[in-house]
Amino acid sequence: MEADALHDLTAAYALNALDAEDAGRYEAHLARCQRCQSELAELSESASALAYAADAPRPSPELRSRILEQARSERPNVVPLRPRWLRPVIAAAAVAACAAIGLGLWASSLSGKLDRTEADLARQQRVAQILAQPGSHKIAFSRGTLVVGADGKGALLLNQLAEPGSGRTYEAWVADGGAPQPAGLFSGGTTVAVPLDQPVRAGATVLVTEEKAGGTEAPSRAPFLIVRNTAQS
Amino acid sequence: MRGMSETPRLMTRTFAHLSDEAVVAMLARSDESALAELYDRFGRVAYGLALRILRDERLAEDAVQEGFLAAWRNADRFIPERGKASTWLLTLVHRRAVDLVRREDRRRAEPLTDGVDAPSSGSAEDDAWLRFERERVQSALKQLPDQQREALELAYYGGFTQSELAERLGEPVGTIKSRMFTGLARLRELLADPRPGEAAWKPTPYTT
Repeated sequence: MEADALHDLTAAYALNALDAEDAGRYEAHLARCQRCQSELAELSESASALAYAADAPRPSPELRSRILEQARSERPNVVPLRPRWLRPVIAAAAVAACAAIGLGLWASSLSGKLDRTEADLARQQRVAQILAQPGSHKIAFSRGTLVVGADGKGALLLNQLAEPGSGRTYEAWVADGGAPQPAGLFSGGTTVAVPLDQPVRAGATVLVTEEKAGGTEAPSRAPFLIVRNTAQS
Repeated sequence: MRGMSETPRLMTRTFAHLSDEAVVAMLARSDESALAELYDRFGRVAYGLALRILRDERLAEDAVQEGFLAAWRNADRFIPERGKASTWLLTLVHRRAVDLVRREDRRRAEPLTDGVDAPSSGSAEDDAWLRFERERVQSALKQLPDQQREALELAYYGGFTQSELAERLGEPVGTIKSRMFTGLARLRELLADPRPGEAAWKPTPYTT
């Protein structure tokens, strides 16, 4: 089909009104046609506005839980996600170390960087002290683990975290019934261990944002990670 | 023990201030709470759309479920530069509904006003907002020339392809294409008036 004829399919594509064959051809064309991309963005917005013209009774309350349950069952342990998370590349040595210590994230961070600085080592020691406490809690989430010691000291262990943008840093926060308090700056890595500078009591929430280098006093943008300490104190 | 499966109070407040696009960005990090938030924002509209197309509650719920799960699986492919998150999500649900209606061969072509007319029974705030949006879009639709409105309604709510429409209406495919294009472009202009009280999202400082 000629390019002009393909351009002409944009409105029908926005309305999902192409048969599978035409839709496939149009998508192949769309990938390399900027004009169609911007035209499709506009026409799709109009098309989806039509959704609001339909009457909107409530679906059964079970639908919500069905969707969330299904999503949970599909959540993979290691997913390549852009742009924040790196694609998983797990060295055999790291896997072995994980198995040995039983907490994969921390273990592979030990075998990670060669240019480890003293500051890094100090951070890892702080994390190790929390991990070593009897009765420390681990709260697993999709990309890592929040560890909280019996004394309320906490650490985030993050897996496959891409470096922050240039001139930027990650900043951890702890919110415990009030405004989030700064709890440490860090960068990315295959595995990252972040001792938190604020206590993480039961019910407190740990957040992570990307901020300008040097960090800020209050989060300036939406957190990309939110974990609540659900452990019972 | 899961840290992410509950909805702590702080998280609720945080999400309430997030733009739809920011919620999809969190979805791309496999954050279940982001999926719940998206469902709470768009589940009802999505279901209304699917029900309008499929005219069957069970099939409509299937389409909504498949659409939201497609969003869950493919959130990292959402490109904010290419459109709004709500458009992306509703397009996914619409596609599932249209696929289903074609497969089940349940298509009919009645005007919008003969659609499923269920009494709404939600919170007053939800109802008022949805009613406002419905009236706004319906009134824009009414301002379109009949032939353009017919093409859009048969395609979008009826699930007919452009070739089927051409055959059904006894017109060349080119005419149908042009009615769809002109109809959507005109609808865009009619809907472009800013809504009262709607402000652009910006990061909101925590208030507690």
